[in-house]
Amino acid sequence: MRVAWAILRKDAAVEMRSREIVYTTVFFAASCVLVFAFALVREGRAMPDAAAAILWIAVAFSGTLGLGRTFERERYTDTLRALMLAPSDRPAVYVGKLLGMLVLLAIVEAALLPLIALFFAAPITASPLWLAALLAAGTLGFASVGTLFAAMLVRARSRDVLLPVLLYPITIPVIIAGVRGTAAILQPVPDEAMARFWAALLVFFDVVFVTLSLWTFEPLMTEQ
Amino acid sequence: MTRVFAPLACLAMALFAAAPAVVANAPAEATMGLVQRIFYYHVPSAMLMFVSAVVCGTASAAYLFRRSAAADRLASAAGELVVVFGLIVLATGPLWARKAWGVWWDWDARLTSSLLLWLMFAAYLLVRRYGGPGSEKLAGAMALFGMANVPFVYVSVNYWRTLHPKTSVIMTLEPGMRSAFWFCVSAFALLYALLLALRLRLEERRAEAEALFLALDE
Repeated sequence: MRVAWAILRKDAAVEMRSREIVYTTVFFAASCVLVFAFALVREGRAMPDAAAAILWIAVAFSGTLGLGRTFERERYTDTLRALMLAPSDRPAVYVGKLLGMLVLLAIVEAALLPLIALFFAAPITASPLWLAALLAAGTLGFASVGTLFAAMLVRARSRDVLLPVLLYPITIPVIIAGVRGTAAILQPVPDEAMARFWAALLVFFDVVFVTLSLWTFEPLMTEQ
Repeated sequence: MTRVFAPLACLAMALFAAAPAVVANAPAEATMGLVQRIFYYHVPSAMLMFVSAVVCGTASAAYLFRRSAAADRLASAAGELVVVFGLIVLATGPLWARKAWGVWWDWDARLTSSLLLWLMFAAYLLVRRYGGPGSEKLAGAMALFGMANVPFVYVSVNYWRTLHPKTSVIMTLEPGMRSAFWFCVSAFALLYALLLALRLRLEERRAEAEALFLALDE
């Protein structure tokens, strides 16, 4: 856990110098919402459930972008090898990277929610706890698989294309559960029973995928 | 393997040649009529698609944790067959659905999970083909996560809505239909086994050639 914390601090320090990834990812997420707003809002009214759908699409898209960039930085300076050589448990490296990704996505989501509320007239304050729980569980599920694949893809040739190709089919349950759950609480009358079902499914997904990632990180990141 | 391959291949061809006659002789289904007969091709392919996905996922796990190159070759062969049999399923399904439901496609639990399974294995093949050196491990992880993913997709879409006939249909077939159905299942299973063996043989030969090539370099 100490190693994971150190990696998170290292990544945060690098990021604080330039703020490159945070600024570009947040801007990308915001422009995503704008593009969808132009496409879907007609005569001042959005399609039903559009707010939930676009929130999750923007999170998935900007998450993919952020994942690619975080590891690109490690590849550029060839520091991933150094991280792997560090005398610590390999899974700790994964946990550190995953925590960094969660922080980044939390910032993105904090920026996205007001925009969604503004453009799609979504009542995001109706049941804030359920919204936060769904977002946290969904983000963890997305980032846990994403961090593993992004770490593996560092060495692959066409990594920019392959990351979404691999990540989207696998994270579709997260997107379905996230969108359905969020749509349930963004209705005029929030449906909390529905949100609870989807949140439970997301938590279950998180448990399975984080375990599987921690379990496979070691053999996957070992070079022959 | 080569000695039994040719007779078995002939047997498979004979089975597939006889299949249309067997299917035509099976009793007609009361409500759906002719279009129901696509079932004899659709369901066996779907069964083998899932079998192949499990083979690929298990072989990938064996490759990742045991470092067995043979398991990787098996995973690669099975991964391709998931996509091939998946294509049959995804092509025959809508043909039936158009008549039975009136639409080509519906976001039903079984349809969505089959489509996603197919997509995951198509991504698997893309990684293997274009991932460059070291992509075997990446593909292995993809297959493993893909296999773990199937129950989630199934639960999430099942809760959403479902139209597709249940699997219990197979157990309650009337006798004439049942024999035709198992005839088709065995024909497809034989075809699957032959294709898998053939593909595995190709991979083994390829590995041998590569080893010889490397030996020549030294």
